[in-house]
Amino acid sequence: MMEERRLGIIVSGSLTKGVEARLDSAMSIEDIAVGRYVTIEGEKRRFFGMITDVTLDASDPRLMTAPPDVSDPFIAEVLSGTSTFGRLHVLPSLTIGGDALSLLEGPQPMKTVPTHFSVVREASEQDVARVFGLVEEKQFYIGTPLDMETKVRLNPAELVKRSNGIFGKSGTGKTFLARLILIGIMQEGAAVNLVFDMHSEYGWEGTSEEGRKVKALKQLFPSKVAVFALDEEGARRRKVSTDFVVEIGYDEIEPEDIAMLRETLTLTDAAVQATYRLARRFGERKWLESFLALESREEINELAQSLGEHEATMAALHRRLDSLRRLRFLVPQARDNAIQRILEYLDRGINVVLEFGRYTDYTAYILVANLLTRRIHAQYRERMERAMGEDIAKPRPLVISIEEAHRFLSHELAGQTIFGTIAREMRKYNVTLLVIDQRPSGIDEEVMSQLGTKITCLLDNERDIDSVLTGVSGKSELKAVLAKLDTKQQALIFGHAVPMPVVVRTREYGSPQSYKELGFREALELKKQAEEDKDLWG
Amino acid sequence: MPAKIGEVIQASTGEFTAQCYELHQPPPFGSLVKIREGEVEIYAVVSGAATTSIEPGRRPIARGREETEEEAIYRSSPQLAKLLRTDFTATVVGHQKGAGGGENKKGEGLHHYLPPRPARIHSFVYLCDPEEVAAFSQSLDFLSILVGAGSQADELIAASLRHAAAAHQDPRDFLIKAGKELAVLLGSETNRLNNILRRIKG
Ligand SMILES: Nc1ncnc2c1ncn2[C@@H]1O[C@H](COP(=O)(O)OP(=O)(O)OP(=O)(O)O)[C@@H](O)[C@H]1O
Ligand SMILES: [Mg+2]
Repeated sequence: MMEERRLGIIVSGSLTKGVEARLDSAMSIEDIAVGRYVTIEGEKRRFFGMITDVTLDASDPRLMTAPPDVSDPFIAEVLSGTSTFGRLHVLPSLTIGGDALSLLEGPQPMKTVPTHFSVVREASEQDVARVFGLVEEKQFYIGTPLDMETKVRLNPAELVKRSNGIFGKSGTGKTFLARLILIGIMQEGAAVNLVFDMHSEYGWEGTSEEGRKVKALKQLFPSKVAVFALDEEGARRRKVSTDFVVEIGYDEIEPEDIAMLRETLTLTDAAVQATYRLARRFGERKWLESFLALESREEINELAQSLGEHEATMAALHRRLDSLRRLRFLVPQARDNAIQRILEYLDRGINVVLEFGRYTDYTAYILVANLLTRRIHAQYRERMERAMGEDIAKPRPLVISIEEAHRFLSHELAGQTIFGTIAREMRKYNVTLLVIDQRPSGIDEEVMSQLGTKITCLLDNERDIDSVLTGVSGKSELKAVLAKLDTKQQALIFGHAVPMPVVVRTREYGSPQSYKELGFREALELKKQAEEDKDLWG
Repeated sequence: MPAKIGEVIQASTGEFTAQCYELHQPPPFGSLVKIREGEVEIYAVVSGAATTSIEPGRRPIARGREETEEEAIYRSSPQLAKLLRTDFTATVVGHQKGAGGGENKKGEGLHHYLPPRPARIHSFVYLCDPEEVAAFSQSLDFLSILVGAGSQADELIAASLRHAAAAHQDPRDFLIKAGKELAVLLGSETNRLNNILRRIKG
């Protein structure tokens, strides 16, 4: 095995804070990047870790106050690496190899640190493969570590056991990452997906920054994906092949659904309470229609009086709810039951993307996502409970993806929304979340701490960085790494589904080659395959 | 074996003095010389030279007032050369065991620290050829001896490095390596380091 490039030797450190290595004088500090992997050859074992910081240092502080004549290239070269030198901060996470036993056991969590003067080298492709697992053909991988070719596996089956999060500021690649992960989950059959696609970029096609169109799930895997549209017209205009047009009847909207709109509809607490009274008065299924049917101020006032509400409150509530009428998918009576349809597809293992089309406002998104998820979750829950009692098949694991997750999972809402419940109950009822958000600090802390694996692109707001890294060991080190990610297509992944934090360059998405690698087959190719099969089987 | 250039007249473990066979022809300051001591070859760096009267009490007197050129002084008094002597001192920087007996592979048995015994009086002193200089200076451990070699240590280090560099394929590369070694050895003595580096940067 070829020795990898030697970087330096360990000079100090601790288990909790990581170790310091002195860079060899032959190495230029400018060749070192945070986020890269190194191995450390301790006396008894090899350690595997990530460079999390680089520092310049001098053996003698006087050197800095009276710098030698470094304009002379000779003197500069002599001093670099000796009197002045670079230091690497390495966060070791695992021990690998060393002896036969550890080879058998595979990478193990670290319980100690390498001795003084242990040699630090760049990690080899094999080392990385040993840590993240060899990626077999057809197995899903998320990308490659910085400056390496080895594929980093993200095991969909592991991933869907918990709720997960994808974070990063706007334009860093969250949506691209999410599409990749959804494909991974689909291809390996780890779970079935329901995606609330606010900006209509998961179902049929999305766009890249350069304005190029990229294929989305349905185009790539037509037999595994169904597109549900809220905006039929828009979908037709965009030539999306739609499987189902969603309508939601007034009768399906419960006071709980309105409570979630408190912020977007600027409802007072009193107004929210009033909806419950209305439901009691008119019945769960009739209240909204009956309330909206009131036309004159007198009728509303009369109702207010009879319910013991303030007239002004009722009038305001009426105005706000009346504004929902502009959502054309809301109808007094839906032609078909969207929830039932979604569940049917999911039961058949077909992934459902719900496109919002032109309804890109939060009111529509929050209303629909909450309403559908509540009902679907209730069904899952019931079926799981039955399955446990009666020894029948459990429903397929379901992953629900939401963008702009802080709108559902803010500190104020997390206690009440269905999404908060799902995040907290783990996968008790076989439902988990994939939350996608650019402002993680807006998400409830408890929910954040329940996320099994976090995949985060560049974040530059201090509070966002803090919230993503809360409770992670090596937090301050990872912070430095996170803040230094590229502005696109790079992500720090940590948590359950990976053995240690990893910075990846996200695999490319959008080229014909990338589709192919993800398992997409052109129609022509499929036909040919079918014919070949026919030849073979007669 | 290269030609001998002188003979040891005073010796200690870390240093010796030799008298040159040729008046006014000491080996250059900083050059590498060697002595055989039984099975051991002792390497040393020339650390100074002096020409004096052979009789300690008697000092030469000026003789050239009537002459137009210096050489004429020696021509008109040929006995003068017999009354003067050139001595040089050398700092021992290493030794090689098992030398002499048969072919010794390059660098084998070479130690960059002091030999077990000093040189014997009247040992012959040889000037090392470039090949030997290159072989000896493969390791820069001898610098740690020179660093502590008294008041002229820095001059001596610079001279010996310049000398050794000339024997290497890539002199600049050699000097950079040596410079780095010195930077480590001298640690916080930044001034000394700077002085030496200025003297070897060429
Ligand atoms: N894996 C990838 N392959 C190819 N291009 C990528 C990849 N990841 C990101 N990009 C590029 O970066 C751009 C932004 O990515 P994306 O739309 O996923 O960002 P985002 O984080 O979802 O942004 P927003 O918060 O605005 O929704 C893409 O349009 C694409 O050009
Ligand atoms: Mg996006």
